[in-house]
Amino acid sequence: MKFSHIPLIDRPTATHPIVHSFLNRKIITFFIFVALSLTTFYSSPTFAVEPSEVLADTALEARARDISKGFRCVVCQNQSIDDSNAGLARDMRLLVRERLVVGDTNAEVTDYIVSRYGSYVLLKPPLNKSTYALWYGPLLILALGFLILLVFFHRRQSSSVLTTEGLNDEEQRRIKALLEDEE
Amino acid sequence: MKRLVYLLPLFIFLVIVGYFAVGLNLNPRNIPSMLIDQKVPHFDLAPIKGSKRGFSHKDLKGQVTLINIFGSWCAACLAEHPFLMEISTKGLVPIYGIDWREKNSDDGPRWLAQKGNPYTLIGDDPKSKVAIALGVAGAPETFFVDKRGFIRFKHVGPITPKNWQSKLWPLVQELQEQ
Repeated sequence: MKFSHIPLIDRPTATHPIVHSFLNRKIITFFIFVALSLTTFYSSPTFAVEPSEVLADTALEARARDISKGFRCVVCQNQSIDDSNAGLARDMRLLVRERLVVGDTNAEVTDYIVSRYGSYVLLKPPLNKSTYALWYGPLLILALGFLILLVFFHRRQSSSVLTTEGLNDEEQRRIKALLEDEE
Repeated sequence: MKRLVYLLPLFIFLVIVGYFAVGLNLNPRNIPSMLIDQKVPHFDLAPIKGSKRGFSHKDLKGQVTLINIFGSWCAACLAEHPFLMEISTKGLVPIYGIDWREKNSDDGPRWLAQKGNPYTLIGDDPKSKVAIALGVAGAPETFFVDKRGFIRFKHVGPITPKNWQSKLWPLVQELQEQ
């Protein structure tokens, strides 16, 4: 027995399928919303910098935060020391603050850390002889790509202009026949 | 000749594979030390609890020495410890210790009392002062210092009979002959 012919209005208990899926979707959306807002609520305000580390001098603290964001945590490697909960990262943050308090400039602090860990410790690699390939390599490859593209189009253009010039009568006739044949 | 152009992508691909094959097999923990062939930085560490003498850079003059970064919290240090004891009892080369980042100042001394102390002198470095000055990223790390007090090599990870025989002991002997 087929049910498809039964009008929907005869089944008052059943929700219209479209309404049904719409409701479902709303419920799902709601739960996703709740789940997401819970995760952001619980996870986003986690700062690695502990209250006890923060300097009283806000200007110095701002500088410390700024410098720390540029140093790689050598334990976790893809976090800055400002983000990392590793013990060594904490000690490095404290060292940065200590040096700033003593009166070091940002550059002096950076130089000290780099002199111990190498430019590896900088999240933004410096521009020098050993990093030219890193900084200019992509540009070079892009330029090369454009060059290849240019040559490619240039060649295509010069070879795509078709003329019947320079063909003898017999060839002209065959081309005409072929073209007409196609139509 | 013209067909070779079609092989170009394959060639580029192989070059990239080559780079990945090498790059992915490197140990990212092996950060090259900045201090190779430089003088050991100046430091003067306090003794660990229960000990009278600390450890300063001045203690290193005149002989080949090892500086070993360890901590009672560090599992790999525990693994390397019996072999350090062996080096120490055989008197192959003096090992100086830096007890790094102990949460509690009793932890290091207790660990050494239980397992034995292979170190000539030990400095306490709870705040990573000297560890950072030495560019230490983890424990254990061992610096090989020559007679003039210059750092000549840094070994990352535990010293094992295997790497000692194949690399580290020959290096110590070479430095001792200089």
